[in-house]
Amino acid sequence: MSLDQAEPAAPPAAGPSPRKPGRRDGGATGLLGRSRRSGRWWTPWLFLAPALILFLYFKFIPMANALTMSFQEVQPYLGNKWVGTDNYATVLQSHGFREAAWHTVVLAAGQTAGSMALGLALALLMEGQSRRLKIVRSAAFLPVVVPLAVVAELWRIMYHPTGDGMLNSLLGMVGVGPSGFINDPDTSMASIMLTGIWRGAPYDMMIILAGLTSVDRGLYEAAKVDGASRWQRVWHVAVPGLRSVFSILFILAAIRGLRVFTEVFLLTNGGPDGSTEVVMTLIYKLGLEQNRLGVGAAGAVLLFVATLILTVVVQLLRRRESK
Amino acid sequence: MSEHTETALGLTESRSVGGRILRNVVHLLVLIVFAGPLLALLVSAFGHVKDPTQLSVIPSGVTLDNFRIAFDQGVLTYLLNSFFVVGGGLLLQVAVSVLAGYALARKVFPGMTLVLVAVLATLMLPEEILALPLSLILSDLPVVHFNLIGTLAGMIVPLGAWGFSILVMTEFMKDVPRELEEAARIDGAGDLRIFAQIILPMCKPALGVIGVFGFTMIWDQYLLPLLVSTDSSSYTLPLALRTLRIDPSVTPGVVMAASLLALLPSVIVFLFFQRSFVSGLSSGALKG
Repeated sequence: MSLDQAEPAAPPAAGPSPRKPGRRDGGATGLLGRSRRSGRWWTPWLFLAPALILFLYFKFIPMANALTMSFQEVQPYLGNKWVGTDNYATVLQSHGFREAAWHTVVLAAGQTAGSMALGLALALLMEGQSRRLKIVRSAAFLPVVVPLAVVAELWRIMYHPTGDGMLNSLLGMVGVGPSGFINDPDTSMASIMLTGIWRGAPYDMMIILAGLTSVDRGLYEAAKVDGASRWQRVWHVAVPGLRSVFSILFILAAIRGLRVFTEVFLLTNGGPDGSTEVVMTLIYKLGLEQNRLGVGAAGAVLLFVATLILTVVVQLLRRRESK
Repeated sequence: MSEHTETALGLTESRSVGGRILRNVVHLLVLIVFAGPLLALLVSAFGHVKDPTQLSVIPSGVTLDNFRIAFDQGVLTYLLNSFFVVGGGLLLQVAVSVLAGYALARKVFPGMTLVLVAVLATLMLPEEILALPLSLILSDLPVVHFNLIGTLAGMIVPLGAWGFSILVMTEFMKDVPRELEEAARIDGAGDLRIFAQIILPMCKPALGVIGVFGFTMIWDQYLLPLLVSTDSSSYTLPLALRTLRIDPSVTPGVVMAASLLALLPSVIVFLFFQRSFVSGLSSGALKG
């Protein structure tokens, strides 16, 4: 029994005109056919209901709660107290938060730039159709599908700070003393960044490779005939063709960078000496370890606004450029 | 290597000795840098237990000791938890996405734009930022007052609706020819029937894409299980790695053995569905 057969003619008041753009209203079935084609007004909502309910519960209500919590002193069992913008003031004036925000920006920028530069280099070096290239590219792509928790544990062991740690023994081969990596405040941030680039560059490589397929092959040929060197072909033919790919990769990577949590949580948990504390690890500590939910929520809202602004700015720049 | 497609650097078609050497060096370097650490993981997972810090790509004999110890530490429970979460989550996610995709692709109704904007908005709402309020909501769902904290359901249900797979399904379902649907309607089929017998069977490639992406996304979850689980009996495998590592009696080899179990499913899925994975990845990214 179908949903729209039960009632031959849909009540006219129930929804707007059943006529839909792009559809021929065949005469043969008349009134009955029209109602069949449109179905009842609530049919689409029935199909959408599971998605909308889940979104409401796990996206929109939490977002609204985050907003209200950020203006409140959250006291479980005692009732929340409205404190206006106090939480925001606390966050913005706190030295720890400003440090964490700075670390987040540095990490996001470094990882984004590193992954995109390395990804471009890899894509240019490994562009082609041969079987071997495909195998090498698949192998290079593996880090992207490895769960982050595994990436973090693997690199933790590779970063072992004594001379017999894996990376340190490599450094030893070229005569550089053992590095503390994630255990040394001077190198901890760079180490996390390196891990992020290792996981991010192959992803960027694949996207850039896909973008390169849309560059007209004839243009390379023409540039070659005109005497353009390899680098001129890259710079004047390939890179301009990749502009939209770059801007999308930039947004995706930058947002990923701003909300970074798992790697940092597992590699250093903000240490040593807070040298790698990022906004999300700080929010996690504020909210779930110190129970300062209001302050944590204010931090989260600020982080959200930052990602939103970033997305909008990049989109605007892109639109202006394409004009 | 017979194809002569021109590339920007022209590396692939270079036939000189120097070009060939450069090409081999590049490929070797790429393999060392990106696959090397994973090879080291594999080797140390099967390596002997005695070496506490060293991770090496040179095998020191093959043994299953690390796995045995890992299983003594309860890795099987964590693995089963992970499978349960990914199985349930994927089923729910695919069901929700195809239903929503059908409405958005095949129906025109007031409020549709609003729904589309809402779905897009969820993609811009990073889960990390929602972590705190989400953990409160999970402990007491509004209206129905369920407590999902400490349950595997709490790690599954929030992943049920994912904007990405809804949009993929919508795009794909739009391409099913109208004529098929019209014909079925004239034959008296209703929406449920058209959805299940006409539209859905034609969307198998898209089901592959959202299946692969959904699997990878759920398998990689960390923060949500961290918020939901209260004790180790509900840990997923990625979560358990940290507990294993903190345990002083556990050697890195054991952590690597457990890590291997945690990464194997996603690597297998990737290798099997490489084509739809990579094409879905690039079409998703390039369309924005």
